[in-house]
Amino acid sequence: MTIRSVGVIGAGNIGVGVVTDLVLHEIKSVVVDLNDTILQHAKAEVIKNVRFAPVLSKALPRLNTEEVLKRMTLTSNLDDVSSCDFIIENITEDWNIKKELYGQLERLVPSHVCFAANTSCISITQIASATNRPANVVGVHFMNPVHLKLTVEVIRGFHTSDATMSLVMQLFRQLGKEAIVVQDLPGFVSNRISHLFMNEAIFVLQDQVATAENIDQIFKKCFGHKMGPLETADLIGLDTVMRSLDVLYESFHDPKYRCCPLLRKMVHAGHLGRKTGKGFYTYPGPDPV
Amino acid sequence: MSAEQLQRVKQVLREFILDSINIRNLGDDDDLFESGIVNSLFAVQWMTFIEKKFKIEIGVEDLDIQNFKSLNAATAFVMRQNGSADLTSL
Repeated sequence: MTIRSVGVIGAGNIGVGVVTDLVLHEIKSVVVDLNDTILQHAKAEVIKNVRFAPVLSKALPRLNTEEVLKRMTLTSNLDDVSSCDFIIENITEDWNIKKELYGQLERLVPSHVCFAANTSCISITQIASATNRPANVVGVHFMNPVHLKLTVEVIRGFHTSDATMSLVMQLFRQLGKEAIVVQDLPGFVSNRISHLFMNEAIFVLQDQVATAENIDQIFKKCFGHKMGPLETADLIGLDTVMRSLDVLYESFHDPKYRCCPLLRKMVHAGHLGRKTGKGFYTYPGPDPV
Repeated sequence: MSAEQLQRVKQVLREFILDSINIRNLGDDDDLFESGIVNSLFAVQWMTFIEKKFKIEIGVEDLDIQNFKSLNAATAFVMRQNGSADLTSL
């Protein structure tokens, strides 16, 4: 089965990236978020991403704005995803909000349609429990920027069926991506490990062992990482990193996941990283829309 | 366009990069992308900044990494937009 339309719930950073990738690969998307302000911002970001995509990857097509807009529908009405072939959910990392959303989707979307949860840390098996179709629920963890990262982490939940796995693999074939399949425990592989790096880097900063710049330089120049842990945390958003650590801590009851007090303090101070212009580093003003 | 304007354009571009990516020095011909100085997320910000700051539109034919890969390349690109680039605010 070729996937022709995808409902994308949540038009934040990663949601925008997912829509960009779908547009570039001729898959129609129905993009849902809470209000028109968020949707208009998402629209502008997708247009910008698509426009500059061929500069960064010669394999990606040159599309004009009209073609981009034909391939995406923006809406604040969740009902509009009811005729989509596949659903990708990218909303806030909050179990109660996700639980409510999946309950709504369950009522709106035909029972054969699969749900892909693009979650940072919450268990896919737990998310599937909020539906009556646990076999049709799978986890996907896209990397940022979605349209330029050719590998994705796919999480098989306890009940995820072979048919659902085949379908999600089909989607990634259409998107030209390789999928690495892992089993389901909170944080999976990528975030379970990366959040320990980020949290410990913040402890190192808090303990005044090194400056933020030097911590990141060690990861980049010594380990060969493209970004250091503090730059990465700023990019993800410190509130999101804090929430993910809290999910890991609650899930494993292991003190190694306790959130660094400095991180919590920065979140409470409104220093959330790139999106607010200040985190471990200071950034120029937000991108003009 | 004067040599003074060229230097000013380069300075504006340099300041944007240094402010954005936490490095202290940047050579005029350092390849931003090959060297890993910037990542692909920054690249979109970089091109958007050039458009907004100099009030130019990067045309489809100019969407080539060669135009943006270094300070010298981007400066030359802005200077080539002779007539359409707005340098009055520099």
